[in-house]
Amino acid sequence: MDTLKSLDRIATFAKEIRKKTIYTIAKLGVGHIGGALSIVELLALLYEEEMKIDPNNPLWEERDMLVLSKGHAGPALYATLALKGFFPLSELDTLNQGGTNLPSHCDRTKTKGIDMSTGSLGQGLSAACGLALAHKVDKKENRVFAIIGDGESQEGQNWEAAMFASQYQLDNLIAFTDYNKMQIDGTTDEVMSLGDIEGKWNTFGWYTQRVDGHDLEAMHQAIQRAKAQKGKPSMIILDTIKGKGAAFCEGKVTNHNMAFDMAVANEAIAQLG
Amino acid sequence: MGNKEMRAVYCETLIDLAKKDERIMVVEADLMKASGTTGFQDIYPDRAIDVGVAEANMVGVSSGLSAAGKIPFAATFGCFASRRVYDQFFISANYAQLNVKLVGTDPGISAAFNGGTHMPFEDLGLMKLIPNLTVFEPSDPVSLESLLRQSAEHQGCTYMRLHRKEIAPIYDADETFVLGKGNVLKDGDDVTIISIGAILVPEAIKAAELLKDQGISAAVIDMHTLKPLDEELVLKYAKKTGAIVTAENHQASGGLGASVASFLAKAHPTKMAMVGIQDEFGQVGTQAWLQEYYKLTAEEIVKQALSLRRKS
Repeated sequence: MDTLKSLDRIATFAKEIRKKTIYTIAKLGVGHIGGALSIVELLALLYEEEMKIDPNNPLWEERDMLVLSKGHAGPALYATLALKGFFPLSELDTLNQGGTNLPSHCDRTKTKGIDMSTGSLGQGLSAACGLALAHKVDKKENRVFAIIGDGESQEGQNWEAAMFASQYQLDNLIAFTDYNKMQIDGTTDEVMSLGDIEGKWNTFGWYTQRVDGHDLEAMHQAIQRAKAQKGKPSMIILDTIKGKGAAFCEGKVTNHNMAFDMAVANEAIAQLG
Repeated sequence: MGNKEMRAVYCETLIDLAKKDERIMVVEADLMKASGTTGFQDIYPDRAIDVGVAEANMVGVSSGLSAAGKIPFAATFGCFASRRVYDQFFISANYAQLNVKLVGTDPGISAAFNGGTHMPFEDLGLMKLIPNLTVFEPSDPVSLESLLRQSAEHQGCTYMRLHRKEIAPIYDADETFVLGKGNVLKDGDDVTIISIGAILVPEAIKAAELLKDQGISAAVIDMHTLKPLDEELVLKYAKKTGAIVTAENHQASGGLGASVASFLAKAHPTKMAMVGIQDEFGQVGTQAWLQEYYKLTAEEIVKQALSLRRKS
């Protein structure tokens, strides 16, 4: 299997996404920093390497689509889209301001590059199934990627969608679980353990893998294996750290929706180099 | 058109629409036989999706299909289409400004032997609170076919309340309907009966005849589209007759009665009475028994119309 030739470039891109995400939320003063930073490497890899996209033509018919079901991680996706050129970087400064195109949770009607509105947890995977099914019906090659949260996995609708994707053999659907093991009220094990999460997805008929969600090469290899699957949807469980890469919040259960100022952000950004 | 199962009209119309537009799809949640869409599945197996007993996923998948350009008609019993998946329909379909056509079957007392658990008296009220959503309930096979076609052409989500059993036609086959505009079935001078749905529109017509016997001239309107409400027509008849009775197979405090009252309170305060469910849950029984129990009858409409006249 091909190794990731552009590893350095993607790692650099991830660093830029992380910096912009920290900066954007700090500028506002509060936001969902933890669950945004845990998916930064994944977003960098998807948008720099894995997905067919055209920033100059966000509605390109041949594009791959991403449903960020954990819609509160929007700021990390906005940073990614801005850095890719979907819209000016200066727009990041408008996060959550009245009239913005960048609301706290992803909104397909407002943001270039966003294909599904999300934020009411548990709904995105169903929509991703619908998108993937439509492509199957039309015999199109577009892939659909979806990112769900680990806390979000407690929503029952995910498991309705899990059965559906398996029944309809949606092998053009590749989903990720951001398994940072924390949710608002505590760790997932304290609140509502996901138990054998790999076993659950396997049992639901998905081709299931588990890799380090901050290891670009490992994720790339997993995605290549997922793309090669026939007749089965793919779930890639990503072991991640909530708040990854920002010392002030990394690994802290309080980082779900956290207030911090620009001084804190600047220090974190400087440490990223 | 003779008596016809409404679900047969639903299926035949969707098949015809699907012939002309490959974007049309059917999505069901293990009630394909009840909704009557197995005929669609026979012709378009790839475009008829059964998600199993999973209504939330039905609405989510429909939203995704719509985001990819499809026009999905998703149907289940009205209780599930509204109460059970309100947030999915609200966020994934409507807030996302997609094009999902949700259908709630077995409205109100037509749920009959399925009883209180399956008897939606509040779906119209819930749906009309969703911004920009078009909400309608055809009263017979003729209006169903016309309004269903308009729903498919409409860019945006719709909610249709579908009485799926056999219904006698009210309208001639060449009658015209416009989504958002009520149909005046009978003109009148003394009181206006504004009704909705396959059970209460016929009762309204019957009530007008009973009132005629008492020397009262009653107008009858089929307000098939609850939202957007045909305010122009309501205002015209409020001014003309000075008294309005609404009639619906639904909670009066949240459905047609509430919509008409809310509008007239601002535009032209008018004496009103509301025939409908009065803050009660559903229960089992034959439709006829339930109709008497909940007073969804011509006789009740007459009684309310007469009470309005006594107040004048």
